[in-house]
Parts: sequence; C-alpha cells; structure tokens
Amino acid sequence: MTVNAKDSKDVLKTVDLAIDEFHAKKEELIPILMKINQELGYLSSEALEQISDRMHLPQSQVYTVASFYRLIYTKPTGRHVIKFCESAPCHVVGGREVWTAIQKDLKLKPGETSNDGKWTLTTTSCLGVCAVGPVMMVDEDIYGNITPDQLSKILGKYE
Amino acid sequence: MAYFRSNVLVCSDPECIGKGSANILKSLQAELNSKGLADEVKVMDTPRIGDCDKGPEILVYPEGYHYVGLTVEDIPFLVEEQFLKGRPVNKLLTPPKKEEAQELSEPTSKEVRVVLRNCGKINPENIEDYIAENGYAALAKVLTEKSPDEVIQMVKDSGLRGRGGAGFSTSMKWALTRDTVGDVRYIICNADEGDPGAFMNRAVLEGDPHSVLEGMIIAAYAIGAQQGYVYCRAEYPIAVKTLEIAIKQAREFGLLGEHIFGTNFSFDLEIRQGAGAFVCGEETALIASIEGKRGEPRPRPPFPSVRGLFGKPTNINNVETYANVPQIILNGPQWFASMGTEKSKGTKTFALAGDVKKTGLIEVPFGITLREIIYDVGGGIKNDLGFKAVQTGGPMGGCLPAEFLDLPVDYERLSQAGSIMGSGGMVVMDEETCMVDIARFFVEFIQDESCGKCVPCRVGTRRMLEILTRICEGNGRPEDIDLLGQLSVEIRQDSLCGLGQGAPNPVVSTLKYFRKEYEAHINGKVCSAKVCRALISYEINPDKCVGCTLCARNCPVNCITGQVKKTHVIDPDICIRCGICKQVCNYEAVLVK
Repeated sequence: MTVNAKDSKDVLKTVDLAIDEFHAKKEELIPILMKINQELGYLSSEALEQISDRMHLPQSQVYTVASFYRLIYTKPTGRHVIKFCESAPCHVVGGREVWTAIQKDLKLKPGETSNDGKWTLTTTSCLGVCAVGPVMMVDEDIYGNITPDQLSKILGKYE
Repeated sequence: MAYFRSNVLVCSDPECIGKGSANILKSLQAELNSKGLADEVKVMDTPRIGDCDKGPEILVYPEGYHYVGLTVEDIPFLVEEQFLKGRPVNKLLTPPKKEEAQELSEPTSKEVRVVLRNCGKINPENIEDYIAENGYAALAKVLTEKSPDEVIQMVKDSGLRGRGGAGFSTSMKWALTRDTVGDVRYIICNADEGDPGAFMNRAVLEGDPHSVLEGMIIAAYAIGAQQGYVYCRAEYPIAVKTLEIAIKQAREFGLLGEHIFGTNFSFDLEIRQGAGAFVCGEETALIASIEGKRGEPRPRPPFPSVRGLFGKPTNINNVETYANVPQIILNGPQWFASMGTEKSKGTKTFALAGDVKKTGLIEVPFGITLREIIYDVGGGIKNDLGFKAVQTGGPMGGCLPAEFLDLPVDYERLSQAGSIMGSGGMVVMDEETCMVDIARFFVEFIQDESCGKCVPCRVGTRRMLEILTRICEGNGRPEDIDLLGQLSVEIRQDSLCGLGQGAPNPVVSTLKYFRKEYEAHINGKVCSAKVCRALISYEINPDKCVGCTLCARNCPVNCITGQVKKTHVIDPDICIRCGICKQVCNYEAVLVK
C-alpha cells in the first residue's frame, strides 16, 4: 500500500534510513530511490533535496534518474495504485474490454489519481504472467484472467 | 540412512481417520510384512494429502500414485500389484484431473526440456534438491578438471549462442572478455526480461535459480571474474526473492565466496533490481542502470567485453544462456550440438501467448517448424478459428503469416523472413485480429519505452505512431504507406541501439504481408477484423432483440434507446464502440459492422 507521508520528519528519517541501508554511493542511487518510493509512496521534492544533500549529488541528477524509471513516482499517488498490463498478449485475450471498463468505472485516465485520493490508475509493462491474461496489479496483489464484471468485486476489496 | 525403494504416505487427518485410514495403515504394514517387503517399502502417516472427501487415501512414491476410497479388502491386491508386480491398480487411482491451463505443463512429445528440466519438479528454495539432480556437479568438474581455456572450448564446440535475442556466439563473448587486459572483470546476468509475452526467464529464476547461478560461476571461472550481478526486473518480485535465497544457500555450501570447492577460485554475486524500464534489457543501458544512472544505451564499440561495468571488461549473458552451461559441461558439447540446425544448436524456450489453445512455456530443439509449435505443441488456435499471424521475438519482432507456418525455427531463417528470434516470445493471432491495430500497438509500446536519447528512435517512432493512429481512426492518407516505409528504413539505419533498430519490424512485416489491410483502412475506411473503433459500427438486430434493456442500462454514453420488450436502437453518432452492449447481451442481438 502506498502511503503519502506529510510529515517532514518522516520524510527525512525515511531517506536517511534508506541511504544508511545501501550506503551513500552513486551506484546505489536506484535501490535507494526505490526504497524511499516504497516507503513514502513517491519522491517529493523534500526527499529529493535530502538525497542530493547526503549523497553529494546535484538535485538535477537525482531527479533525472528518478524520472527515467517507471516504477519510481515523482508525483503523489492514491492510497492504492492500480497497474494494468497494456501489452499485446493481454490485449488480444480481452484486455481491451477490461481496460475500457476500468477507466469507465473509476472515471480515470491512465496516470490520474481520483479526487478522493483512493485510486491511481496506471499502466504497467508486461508482468510476465501472460498465460493468465488479462492481468492487473493492485498494490502488491496480482489478478489474472480478469473479465469486466469481476472489476467491482476486485476493487471493492480495498479501502 | 536406510534406503527404501518405495515410500507410502497414508493420510491421517481427522476426516480420513474417520473413514478408517488407521486400519488401512495397519493392514498395509501387515501385508507388506507378510510378503517380506517391510525393508523395501516404508509406510508413514501424513497429516494431509488433500482429497479427503474421497478418503481413505494414500500416496505412493516415487511414482506419485494417488489411491483413494480404499478399504481393508483392497489392500492384499494393491500390495501384490503395486509393490510386487510394479503395476498400478487403475480402478483405485484418483480420477485424472480436468486439464487446466498451466504456465508450464507436462512436456509434449516434441519438446526437449534442458533449461526447464527442473522447473516445477524441485523445490527452488532448497539447494539440496538441485544438488540431488546433479546440481553443481558441472562446477565441481570444471574447477577440478578443466582449465578456463578448456571450458571456453567446450562452450565453443557446443555451438551455444546467446539466448537473449541477438544470438551472438557465447564462447566468443567469453573469450573476448577473458582476453581483455586487466585485473578486474565482471559477470552480469541479464534477467530484465521485459518483452511482453515472454516469461521463460521468470520460470527458470523462480523454479530453478541454481542452474543460472552455476552457469554464472562457471562463466566467471572461464573468464577470470571475481564479482557478478544478476540484474532482475522489479516486476518479478518472486524471482528476486528466490534468487536471494539461492545465493544465500550457495554461500552456505561454499559454492559462492572464497575458495570455492577448496580451490583458488573465489567469486561472489549480488542482485540488482530494475526500476521499470524496458530499455534496461539492452546491455549498455543495463550497465548504466547498475551504475546508478539513467538507463540509456551508448554506442558500441567499445563492447562491454572490453569496457563494461565501471569501465571494466564485463560479460553479460541472458538467464537462459547461463542455464544451459552446466548441462553442456555434464553431458558434453556434442550432446548439445546434436540438437538443432546447422548454425543454431541446442534448444530454445518459447512462451506461447495469444489466441492459441495451450498458452504457456515450451522448450523445443531448433529446427522445429512454426506449425509444429502452434498446432502440435500449442494445440492449435482457440475456438478453432483461422490462423492469421504469429509474432516472434517480442515487440521488435515481425509478424509472419500462414505462408511461413512450415518455416523451421532458427536464428537465420527467422531473420530472413523479416522477424527475429528475440528472447522467445510468440504471440499467436487469429483471424479476428486487425494487423494495423497490432502494428500500432507495438509501436505504441516501443514509443513509450524509448529512452529518448537518439532522434531517429525518439522522434521517428512517434511519427510512425501518429500515422498508424490516424489510419486506425479512419483518417489515413494515400501517401501514408510509403511514408511508413521510408521512416522504417531511416529509423532502422540510424538508431543507436537494438530497441530503435528493431522498432520498425512490426510495421515493415505487416506492410509486407498484410498490405491489403492497410489499403482497406486508408482507402475504404474498412477494418475487416472489426477491431478499429472508428471504422466499425454497432447495430442491434431487430430479429434477435427482445427488449430486455440490459444494453441500454450498461451503455456508458447512454446511446441506446428503446422500450421494454421492444427492439432497441443504438445511436451511431454517440456510440463510442466500447463493445459493452455486445458483451452484456444474452441474445446475441448486437452486431458489429
């Protein structure tokens, strides 16, 4: 579950812990960013500043790496992040229909977060479970063989 | 430790006990004793087998026979047949399960499982399972009997080519890395399997991680590397966890770390995770990612073998390439080279996806035809529809039509046909697929994943996507086909890395083999597969509509009108062609034109 920390102290503490875990070396930047992303839900400008400070790297360099990778978010996300597989093998076995339905149900386009802060809808590249397509992930849970009528039951599990 | 030729597990959970399993166990033991088999067949109780509604039940190993519904009266016959004569008693066996779609089924007759041999059969989290299957015997042989040069020679004689897609000679890559002057060398395993539809590497990493580790350690010995990395994509969390456990256990057993097998050779491994960038499967982008940078490829030469990770000579190979190495050492290079075609030796894993009956992983020797893969191994097209095309090699692969079904699969032949081997993804498409939509789909993926560094890829693929999108929306222009052809040539020639160079393949191949579909979209504004929304319309058939109002209630744009029990009508001007009405209709009254 992604959580957006609002407290500055939380942010700094999370950053420090991540850097201490992996050590403040340039080649450890991506594991550090991923860890902070996991704990805080996204990399706020505050987090980026702290990383830049402790690792002696320009903020632009930290940002250019963070923004390159799809799994590292540089904008706040909802409480739950939906990652829908939009690759060909899922597409050709009914993924199109499910994708249309989920956008309609949530009234969201890819990349958008709902007004109540509950959902962020994104696409993901292939998760490698193509034998059970169409596939989507909600937070850390993977769902396969999805049909449009299953969506409300799946999404209803999340607060 | 006493050795028994057969082990019998008798289910003794409460339900089976209630049905008399304790008596079964006693009478089984007594019968075995009386036949003098007590030293050969061991009987144990087990807390749960699983089919207790059919209890009492027993499992007989090593065969795995599951006998259910047993009575004490069955026992003498069972013991005589199963344990004395070695014949299972069919009437007492559990009925066969309905065949379910699985990722990795039992191999069909045309398959040869080398890389996948242990997957699903051993516990990947227990190194002793792997060792029991001759695991690490190849490493022992190499470290105690072979010199690094001899190892490279064995790999050369086997004809092993890189399984990541490019098919470069593995022995040549190892030799180049070995020959580069320097004290520090690195080994990297490319486990960033990002091709949509490809999950062969995931199966090996999750099911038999030690085969990859062993291959890497052998490679490290041959090349003279001290440190290695497995770069695994973050979208494979179970694979990462399984690798972590495997590495830890290998260290505990002295198979990684200092003085492996008591020799002078020391080597250790680390895992690096990706962060969601398809392009990091390209070797120089992967290296950049490990170094903490944006995953952007760089020009080659210099190749990683000469100047790679942290500027040192680095050997990068795919998961499957490494997984083949221990088998080549154990069974000998001639065994490997006896399979396949003249230039493509050994086996290849493929992931069948799309409109085929049996999707999932297979492993076949090179030289097998596409027809055999799709129909014999894959069971043919789902719902027995007609075959239209198969895309091999992932999103940068070409789409091959029916005239290529008898093509023997190997690197050269797929290339000549206009596709690539790639990592082994195979997406099968039936007659209801629109090839223009498919081309657009793949270009959209490539555009999304383009790192942005070079203009031909970044801008070129965007222009291609714009054109293809226009065509699918019914706004195609007559000059579009030539323009796509021209763009394809330029993008292929001028892109910096394999992603850009391969990007035009879906377009070029579909233009070549399905040109009529493009022309129909552009000139006739028709999508014969009825996929492209702008070119189709939804209508309700008055002969079948009963007026249940289900479609109208589900329509997201409220474009369906009609009274209860009267034929409903779709307004084509408002209809967005989402297809929901057709899905919910129970009377097949919605037609697509």
